[in-house]
Parts: sequence; structure tokens; C-alpha cells
Amino acid sequence: MKLTDMTAVELAAAIREKKTTAVAAAQAVLDVMEEKEKRLNCYVTLDREGTLERAQEIQKKIDSGKIDSPLAGVPVALKDNLCTRGMRTTCASRILGNFVPPYSAEAVVRLETAGAVIVGKTNMDEFAMGSTTETSAYGPTKNPWNEAHVPGGSSGGSAAAVAAGECFLALGSDTGGSIRQPASFCGVVGMKPTYGTVSRYGLIAYGSSLDQIGPLCRDVTDCAAALEIIASYDDKDSTSAERKDIRFREALADDVKGMRIGIPRDYFREGLSPDVKKRVLEAAQLLAQKGAVVEEFDLRLVEYAIPAYYTIAAAEASSNLERFDGIKYGYQAQDAQGLHDMYRKTRSQGFGPEVKRRIMLGSFVLSSGYYDAYYLKALRVKALIKKAFDDAFAKYDVILAPVAPTTAPELGKSLQEPIKMYLGDIYTISVNLAGLPAISVPCGFDSLGLPVGLQLIGDGFAEKKLLRAAFSYEQARGPFKKCGEAQ
Amino acid sequence: MANIISDETIEYVGILAKLELSEEEKEEAKKDMGSMLDYIDQMNALDTEGVEPMSHVFLLENVFREDVVVNGDMREALLDGAPGAKDGMFMAPRTFD
Repeated sequence: MKLTDMTAVELAAAIREKKTTAVAAAQAVLDVMEEKEKRLNCYVTLDREGTLERAQEIQKKIDSGKIDSPLAGVPVALKDNLCTRGMRTTCASRILGNFVPPYSAEAVVRLETAGAVIVGKTNMDEFAMGSTTETSAYGPTKNPWNEAHVPGGSSGGSAAAVAAGECFLALGSDTGGSIRQPASFCGVVGMKPTYGTVSRYGLIAYGSSLDQIGPLCRDVTDCAAALEIIASYDDKDSTSAERKDIRFREALADDVKGMRIGIPRDYFREGLSPDVKKRVLEAAQLLAQKGAVVEEFDLRLVEYAIPAYYTIAAAEASSNLERFDGIKYGYQAQDAQGLHDMYRKTRSQGFGPEVKRRIMLGSFVLSSGYYDAYYLKALRVKALIKKAFDDAFAKYDVILAPVAPTTAPELGKSLQEPIKMYLGDIYTISVNLAGLPAISVPCGFDSLGLPVGLQLIGDGFAEKKLLRAAFSYEQARGPFKKCGEAQ
Repeated sequence: MANIISDETIEYVGILAKLELSEEEKEEAKKDMGSMLDYIDQMNALDTEGVEPMSHVFLLENVFREDVVVNGDMREALLDGAPGAKDGMFMAPRTFD
């Protein structure tokens, strides 16, 4: 098997068995970058020399028995909103164009300790605000399946890099679908864990009550292995959850017999592309054939998720992004008169249009006179949405749905109509409001040959059940065509 | 459009958000925010009478710890990243003359 055709777990095993080395794997990824990166623009920052040096160090540790993990020696990419000590971290924004963090995010430290070789920082929508990776200050990323299309977002660079072979595995962050939707558009597996599972320490905050770090991978096994490494209780994150059982790889069993799977009727109404609908229902069929009990139900309140989400996310963003003041780090405007003028000019020159739009909306919904009508109302709606999921999980083990209403749109078609773009998040967003775990698994192609994603949603802290369902589906589906392979 | 955003409102939001907007950006923002608020207003169709606002989905307890320093001294590293530093402090523009 060609090195670059392996999954991350297969690669680590091959390194462990001395069939290859971490350095050879890093070199293989660098070669793919040489061939594709100029066209695809998956990365904001690449560190080619550092990658080989790190691979050599890791190989020594593997050889001397100091590291024994399921991902030791694997080249990994990180979304550029994860702080990396000594490596530029921009959030795809001009305001952090020169920011080199003095510390690394907890999830990054855990990956490095497990022997992952960090290759670079992936492109994203600026501050993770967007669904196409087109709001990046460093140019859009192209979808490796069809370069006229977007990779999705906001973790579009991570998804494209995994699909194109420019890394074996990547981390992303998911605030309203930002891991699952690009995974779906790029034909890779992407998982958002239960809120609190992965420490947010060192993740540059967007909507703190919704943000969660997760992996983008070649298959469900890689996903379980990565999650096992990055999940941890961390007292540096005040919302970190103390979980007893994070041995997620144990859940990788091909068995859904008797598993109760609910399909929300409300997710299959107007707006859903016929191709996506067909592929997702075929996936449900496969699970039913394997003995799962699949039935339709009414989830309710679906139409309220997007308005509630954008109110809450914008409010939290306006507060979180207050810290970018041009004094402690990052960009500072040079043509200002006095302190307040410097704040305003720094932020106006440093932030792009979508970030400004959300900061302004957030400032408005939090302002006196509107706080109750918008912000508190949204938090009440969120409580009802959580209740609707609680009711569903009283009956079902897993919810099965599309990830997005369509496959990847063409480049340049989404940003003119923000609300239309926001509507594309309809099936992913309520999962963040309710704090639930969910996974996107490739389930076929549309008529243009673009990948379609199947979304499986689990109850809070029920990742194991979710991974079992995803793994079983993957086994039934069989190998997924690799990007670039002939039809 | 049901929500008409006035010049005063955009001015006020600009102050809250600490953004300096050109005339063109202000007009754009008025339109954008109006249509976003129209959209968000859909929430009003849902009766939330008696529902407590939920900020966190899982039960969270306050996290307490002893008031002792646990992180290392990163003063130099932090100051190195600042646009301006002097005498071990961040440099900021003059706030008054």
C-alpha cells in the first residue's frame, strides 16, 4: 500500500512495526504539498523544515520506546485558531497576522505528547465565522474534489488537507457545524465531541458556550483514536467535563443490532437537495439491514435553531473579540490619535466584513433595551431545543440526518447573501446549542461527483454509541473512493 | 423590512463594538443588521413563557482553587509579542495630554 493511502492509525502501526518511519511519512506529506498546495491553499502557515526535524525527534522517541500511542509519527495539521507555541497563529485574520503564541492549546500539547508531527496551520473562515473558508484574510481554500467549489467551513483548510493527502489527520473546531460541514463537503470523517470533552484552553474563542475542538480524519477509527488523545479534563478550561470513560476505540464494533435510530422528519423537508436526501436515506437503509431499528419522528423547533444560534454566537463573539485591542499582541494601527482612536482603527483595519457584521450584531443584542428581547429570548429558545433533543434521546440511541442541505457550493456564490449562507447550517447548528456529540461520515456523491455527508448525532456524553453506529455504517458502506481516484 | 436601523443606532453600535465605519460601511451595516434582526425575530413566534434562559447545557459547578500561582513566568515572552513594550510594560498611546 502507498504510504499516502494509509489511514493515520495504519500509518502509526506501520511505523511501529518498522515498515516505514515518521520521517518518510512527513516527507510523503511534504511531497503532496509540493504538488497541490499552491492550487488548493489548505494552509495559512507551513513549516517544512520544522516538520522534518520534529519527525526525526519523534522517530527517536518511538525507537527508544518513549512514545507508544495510536498516532505516534503521524503528520497532523491544526486549524489556525489553535495556539501553537512558536508557530504563527492567525485565525485567518489580519489582526493576528503576526501573532506567535507563547503557549500551545491543551489539545495540541496532548497530540504532540502522543507523538503527532505538526506540519502546519490550516486555513479557515476568519475567526471561524463563515461556512465556506472564503472569509479568510489569506485567500480561499479550494475543494480538492473540484477546485471550482468551496471546501466548506469554517474548518475548510483542515478538511481539504485531509482529503488531498496534505496531512493524515487534522484538528478543527465546531461552533455551529464547522467540523462536520467541511468534512461532508470534502468526503472525510469529522467529529464534534460533547461540549466540555476537549479542553478549549488555547482555542481562540468565537462562541465559548458552543465551541468544541474535534478531529477531521480519513475514517472513523482514526477519529476514535484522535479523540481518545485530545479528550481530557483540564482545570485551565472552566467548562471542562470530568469524564470517566474516554476509551473511545473500544466502541469500534460492527454491531447495530437493536440500536434505535431516529430520523427527524423535519430535516427532510424543503431546501434539502434530492441527491443528498437520497444518499442519506440509503445510509439509513444500510443500518436497518444490519439490524438497527430505524424510524421517523418529529424533532420539532428546527426553524428556531438558526435565529437562536446567530443571536447567541454573535453576542459571545462581540464579547470574546473585545480582547483584540492592538496593545498586547497582534496588529496595531499606526495612524491613530490617542488610545480610543487606536482601538477603533486597529479593529476596523484588522477585522474583515463578516467578523465586523457579527460583532456589531452581538453588541446590539447585548445592549440595554434589547438584551431581554434578543439575547435572553435566544437562551430560552435554546432551553426548549435542548428539551426537544432530550425527548428524542429518551426514544432513540442515535439521530440520523444530513449534514448540510446541499453539497459544496461554487466558490464566490455564498458571501453576498449572508442569511442564505446561514441557512446552510440548519442541520448542524442545534447540536451545538444542545452541546451534543455528532459525526459526519461520507455516504456517497451527488450528480456532480461531490461528496455527501451522513450526520449521526448522539446524546450528551454518548460518544461510544455514536462511534459504534458510525463504524458499523462505514463497514457496511465499504471503502470510500479517495479524492483524485478515477470514478 | 420590519426593522429599520437608524443612523443613531449604527453610531451607537459602532461605539460599543469599537469600530470606525465609513459612510458606505454604515449604510451596508444598517441594511445587514435590519435583515438579520427581521430574521432573528422569528424566535418571537415561539412561546417561551416560564422558560428559564439556559446559558450552559450541562450542570456546571463553580470551579475553585487555592489562590496560588501555578503558571511559569512568561513576562518576557508575552512582552515580546506586543506591538510596543518599554521597561517591562506594554506601551499604549497617550490617553490624555
